[in-house]
Amino acid sequence: MSKKILLEHINVPGINTLAVYREKGGYASVEKALKTMAPDAIVEEVKKSGLRGRGGAGFPTGMKWSFLAKPEGVARYLVCNADESEPGTFKDRYLMEKIPHLLIEGMITSSFALGANSSYIYVRGEYFYIIKILEKAIADAYEAGWLGKNILGTGYDLDLYVQAGAGAYICGEETALLESLEGKRGNPRIKPPFPAIAGLYGCPTVVNNVETIAAVVPIVNNGGDWYAGIGIGKSTGTKLISASGHINKPGVYEIEMGITVEDFIYSEEYCGGIKNGKKLKAVVAGGSSVPILPAEMILTTASGEKRLMSYESLADGGFATGTMLGSGGFIVMDETTSIVQNLHTFARFYHHESCGQCSPCREGTGWMEKILHKILDGHGTIQDVDLLWEIQRKIEGNTICPLGDAAAWPVASAIRHFRHEFEEYVKNPAVIKEVKHYHNMHNLATA
Amino acid sequence: MSEIKFNDETLAMVQSIIKRYPEGKQKSALLPLLHLAQAEFNGWLSSPVMDYVASLLNIKPVEVYEVASFYSMYNLKPVGKCLLEVCRTSSCWLRGANEIVEHIENKLGIKDGETTADGKFTLKTVECLGSCGTAPMLQLGADFHENLTFEKVDALISEWSNKAEHSKYLDIDTFRKN
Repeated sequence: MSKKILLEHINVPGINTLAVYREKGGYASVEKALKTMAPDAIVEEVKKSGLRGRGGAGFPTGMKWSFLAKPEGVARYLVCNADESEPGTFKDRYLMEKIPHLLIEGMITSSFALGANSSYIYVRGEYFYIIKILEKAIADAYEAGWLGKNILGTGYDLDLYVQAGAGAYICGEETALLESLEGKRGNPRIKPPFPAIAGLYGCPTVVNNVETIAAVVPIVNNGGDWYAGIGIGKSTGTKLISASGHINKPGVYEIEMGITVEDFIYSEEYCGGIKNGKKLKAVVAGGSSVPILPAEMILTTASGEKRLMSYESLADGGFATGTMLGSGGFIVMDETTSIVQNLHTFARFYHHESCGQCSPCREGTGWMEKILHKILDGHGTIQDVDLLWEIQRKIEGNTICPLGDAAAWPVASAIRHFRHEFEEYVKNPAVIKEVKHYHNMHNLATA
Repeated sequence: MSEIKFNDETLAMVQSIIKRYPEGKQKSALLPLLHLAQAEFNGWLSSPVMDYVASLLNIKPVEVYEVASFYSMYNLKPVGKCLLEVCRTSSCWLRGANEIVEHIENKLGIKDGETTADGKFTLKTVECLGSCGTAPMLQLGADFHENLTFEKVDALISEWSNKAEHSKYLDIDTFRKN
């Protein structure tokens, strides 16, 4: 059976409302934290829990919180990163849509722990209906006294606001998000200083993902040790996985860290196997930016063990034979899928979404898309495949933010594991017309 | 264009939004205000509209231009009354987004990025909209239309062919009044 913590009450009718959420024990963490715990004690519980950032990077949350500078007389901020834009990832949307008060409760408890009196939830602009849901839930929380002045008579004040983004993937990078929240282009900042020292408006700021902040609620309610006892090794707790592609049951699943990848793909409890009885060809396990792996490598590590859904097991083998848990955006491809064409959709995405600040990313992503287009148009050469490899190497590690790496890794892994497919396209352009998903790309040439 | 000015209700909302940020940091309201402007002024941001937004925030017009041109949700040229934004990134592509785009192109007689001669429909392909589990999808106004089939697309086009109003991707009630 799946372990449900965040999604425990997800199917309860009316759980999106304050009344039903309260009936199910909602806002208990606020009561416990504000009335019985010192802020530093909450930070310690989060540290003990082993919770790692659920946005993709997987950095220990408690440690990140402990870096927050606390100069006298200077405002501190908590900013929730709800700019979910990584291809394959739609878990935060599900959480906010179905159980918005869980995020709001997490924001209150976390803001108290961090000493923030104004907090913001930055939501990707396309999710306007989610913004509407959150605004309603926040208004209800204010009315019930969970937000505003002197919450629960404890003397703690908190204002919570929703900020709408406007369609830029780069704003999921924490410093670009802060720039955007300040009303500017979403250009990432050079670090250091890190946001914990100089973030929003130059003040100490913590930026956490939606799922991360939601997980603070059960951690405060049940203790860090309880959370650390769930999962496996340093991959503690549960993780929301958004599964899509050629599977029978796409959707958002909460898994206990440590189940096997095989179980996740094939069991009825989760993805329900490959659609139409086809064979598994490849998986992108953690959103578009993580390395793609062929079937045998995603199911089994190089040492022959079953691959697990955890940070460590998915990364086993490094980028040679492993990948990353990332955001949990799990894209499954069956045997009919053209890896080259799928890669083209990723390359186009990163080219489109590059902020343009760093030359390797701005120019490199464009060239990768163009070369892939050339190959898919039947005019590629073997030298183009080699050039693609060289370009991604020159982007990786040479940009201010990780978007460059995110653009490079899918290309590197696709060539590393599926070079034969690129060569097939180059040597036999006629194969292009036979591939099911091929589409006349006339309008891309001028994009 | 007649005098550019938000209606009274929107103006009140503008003031409410500006109060969300610390004193002197009113520029933070720029993105929400541009959304409101796009919604109220026919779905796109003309230079006079952007100048107006700059005046509301007491910032230079160029500060608005550089932001409006950065974010993909702001339209800097007119769009049709119905803007069909079809996602085409990986998961949508795996489940037939290209075929959906082709179908719309054939049905409306326009290509990606174009508007029908009667100004009714604009087709735009976009990058991942976070509907990967319910792919393929398109966004029309604030609504996500998911698990698309040709029949669903046909029904949408038919419905919007008979509407006179602009598809609104945002209504003022989206924002909390406080």
